[in-house]
Amino acid sequence: MSLWKRTLKLGLLGGLIAVYIALTGMPLSLSRRAVIGEFTLGHLTYLIVFAAFGYLRAAQMRKEKQASAPAILAHAAVTGLLSGLLLALLVLLGQRVDLGFIFISAKPQLYRLLTFQQANLTTGLVYLVAAGTVLGLLFALPHFLPKTFHKAVLSAVAITLVLGVFSELVQRTILKYALGSFFAYQGLKPMGALWLFVITFALSWVYFALRPYIQVQDKRSQQVLGNQPSPETRLLFTLALLAFLLVMPIVILQKDTYLLSVINLVGLYIIMGLGLNIVVGFAGLLDLGYVAFFAIGAYTVALLTSRGELGRGWDFWAALPLAILFALTAGVLLGIPVLRMRGDYLAIVTLGFGEIIRILANSDWLKPWMGGALGVLEIPKPTLFGYTLKEEYQLYYLILAGILITWLVAHRLYHSRLGRAWQAMREDEDVAEGTGIHLVTTKLLAFGFGAAFSGLSGAIFATKVGSVYPYSFNLLISINVLCLIIVGGMGSLPGVVVGAFALVGLPELLREFSEYRMLFYGVALIAMMLLRPEGFIPKKPTIYPRLLVRGASPVRAEGSKSKQ
Amino acid sequence: MDWKRRFEYWRRRYDLTDVVVWAFGLSILAVAVYGAVRSLQTTPYGWKQWLQFVLYGFSQGGVYALIALGYTLVYGILFMINFAHGEIFMFGAFGSLFVGLALQRIGFWDRYPVLSLIILFLVAMVVSSTVAVIVERVAYRPLRKAPRLVPLITAIGASFTLQYTARSFFGSGPRAYPETPILAGSVNILGIQIGKPYALTIVVSLLMMAGLYAYVQFTKTGKAMRAVAENKEVAALMGIDVDRVIVQTFILGASMAGVAAVLYSVIYIQVKFFMGFIPGIKAFTAAVLGGIGNIPGAMLGGYFLGIFESLGPALILEGLGVTAPNQLKDVIAFTMLVMVLIFRPTGILGEALAEERV
Repeated sequence: MSLWKRTLKLGLLGGLIAVYIALTGMPLSLSRRAVIGEFTLGHLTYLIVFAAFGYLRAAQMRKEKQASAPAILAHAAVTGLLSGLLLALLVLLGQRVDLGFIFISAKPQLYRLLTFQQANLTTGLVYLVAAGTVLGLLFALPHFLPKTFHKAVLSAVAITLVLGVFSELVQRTILKYALGSFFAYQGLKPMGALWLFVITFALSWVYFALRPYIQVQDKRSQQVLGNQPSPETRLLFTLALLAFLLVMPIVILQKDTYLLSVINLVGLYIIMGLGLNIVVGFAGLLDLGYVAFFAIGAYTVALLTSRGELGRGWDFWAALPLAILFALTAGVLLGIPVLRMRGDYLAIVTLGFGEIIRILANSDWLKPWMGGALGVLEIPKPTLFGYTLKEEYQLYYLILAGILITWLVAHRLYHSRLGRAWQAMREDEDVAEGTGIHLVTTKLLAFGFGAAFSGLSGAIFATKVGSVYPYSFNLLISINVLCLIIVGGMGSLPGVVVGAFALVGLPELLREFSEYRMLFYGVALIAMMLLRPEGFIPKKPTIYPRLLVRGASPVRAEGSKSKQ
Repeated sequence: MDWKRRFEYWRRRYDLTDVVVWAFGLSILAVAVYGAVRSLQTTPYGWKQWLQFVLYGFSQGGVYALIALGYTLVYGILFMINFAHGEIFMFGAFGSLFVGLALQRIGFWDRYPVLSLIILFLVAMVVSSTVAVIVERVAYRPLRKAPRLVPLITAIGASFTLQYTARSFFGSGPRAYPETPILAGSVNILGIQIGKPYALTIVVSLLMMAGLYAYVQFTKTGKAMRAVAENKEVAALMGIDVDRVIVQTFILGASMAGVAAVLYSVIYIQVKFFMGFIPGIKAFTAAVLGGIGNIPGAMLGGYFLGIFESLGPALILEGLGVTAPNQLKDVIAFTMLVMVLIFRPTGILGEALAEERV
């Protein structure tokens, strides 16, 4: 009986989550974005819950190996049914009581959407509950397939849905020549979705089936070096990646201004992320006022180069080093009073510092110098060899250069003596001090480097946008950056890039989603810490082959469970 | 002792950073004192106005103190900043708003104004506590054994989740709080006119804090809380259910935040999803000011911060010739936080727990 009890619990939890999603208004405001035919992103937001909970229940039961296959399917179906029932109850309740008095999204439109636009309420409710049951059942099925098929099905579903949601990624890039016929004006055509599913399924099956053979077979080298490719392969890979990045905006993105502006924004976040990664990921100092250095960089460039009355009309390239220098100085100066503080105090003080900078920039007191709430306008674009970098694809190269430099610096720093000192300090300050690390210098350098990166990002931001307002520098940017390095994996450089694309790029492509962006970040922070504290692309522990004793196996550090 | 050895002694005793930090702090202090002197020389305010500033500050401080108690109670037990506490406060305000509107609709509000107000307080306490219990269960309890950075990050995540949940549930604009006719007008305290909601805040916050202090000091639950704060393992060995005590602590802190939420909403007569953020940070400042983990300290810190913030713009910034000094109110509070952390990181009354024990 306890099996049914757990099914009941999980089903009701799924129902609660579905009700929560419905009440946040997500289904309604995302219902204009078609994914596959008539099926919209709005539907997806709550139907995915049913599917996920059916899948989860089946996974649980498969793991415990207590029940037969039909029983597992029944449990998964009931889980979906219960979740659907709870959502149906919300609709019924909404018909009787005026919920709109409390929840702004509890409108008749929402109920119509949830009941699949059926004229008859009962039919609609039956459809809703049936959808829950069927999805719960359907997503329990992959558990009975061989492992490679199971993985391939899931990834094919995910890829199809993602491409359906972000159809612009296909329609505005070179992919349109290959896949364009699968897509309608927005989203996938139903038949196109089927074809796409079949193709991605086949490709992912091949990938998953062949993966064991692609990987390095040499057990010994794998054990010692942790499955690393040889230096030659790595160089080749780096060169290929560089070439790809250089031609991407022109060949693949076809100089599309919209997509490139999104990518440039992601690029600015990557630079900031690489900087904050030094402070939080390498050194383990939680900085919530990181936006302050971004603001300092942006304002320095704005005030020095602006052609308006506040500016001095400098050249961008002359202002850039000063912007970085000011941000660096500010980072070190902020670092001084917080040196002796514990992690949580540090978070609050840096948060306060970020707010102070914003309030000062916004105040009437400093208005004659910094423009107050009106900001600084008329910031010119940088010129290079006589060319003005004014188009998005030209700015792309500026930002790419910034990323490459910061990446190189961060990478070299991580493997330097200083980088090791940061890691030691992150793991245990007292022990680090005991081994002769000078905590003051080490911490200040972390703050300084982090701030300098942020200043660089801010400087490019100012010239890219052409105007700066205090409004652009609120706390949410700090949280965005923190969130992307946590999702990517603290201390991991590729993680920053992936995190920035996932958390800044994708929401930016979904305009309607912007309202829910912070909600999504908050949930992501909690979920990551609960389920995968090391991030999606965890930092691999560095192994120094020379230091290995012959025959000893390398010590694997536990993820990025850093200690304050 | 010759001067060389003396110099060596001082050099060893004080690090260069200490000197820089102190110099930094002292220079801010000097500027503040200079501003205060200049303001007092040129002030357009009489003693009555100054006293009025103090009273309004005292009332604002009461709200800060009530919220600060939540931070301090949780910190005392879990050694973590409950970043989401400001949002727990905000949810209390929304809960009381909807009940208040419902009471207004059925006419109860006008017939029994005092009773309605009491109901609002109770509702806010219940709603805040519920949210706090959920947050504790979902975001903090599974991570109790994790390194300290981890619960701090979930706390930030919880804070944003709650804030933006409220935004998507209840809308992004401010919502009008039901007006309370009995709280219109002002009362006379020591010859100074002060708005009734402010007076109510002063009275209620003092009462609540006295109640809380008595609860923690004299009841069995309070004793258990103090025991858990002292040492979780030993408390568990003495037969105390630690998880339960932690939940009770969250409920206690959240109830205080709920009361504060009603007081705050009655004063500002509007409720917004973002309203918990600034009071939350200020209250944390207050908790640090008084010495975190220390209950009387949080109360003292709250009142101190409230009064300082109310006096600050007029007393310090005007003398420095700053235009529109009220815009910089928050800067004063944050600067004060930095100053406290520099000069006396353990707060005015001292932390209840030393760092070594953490």
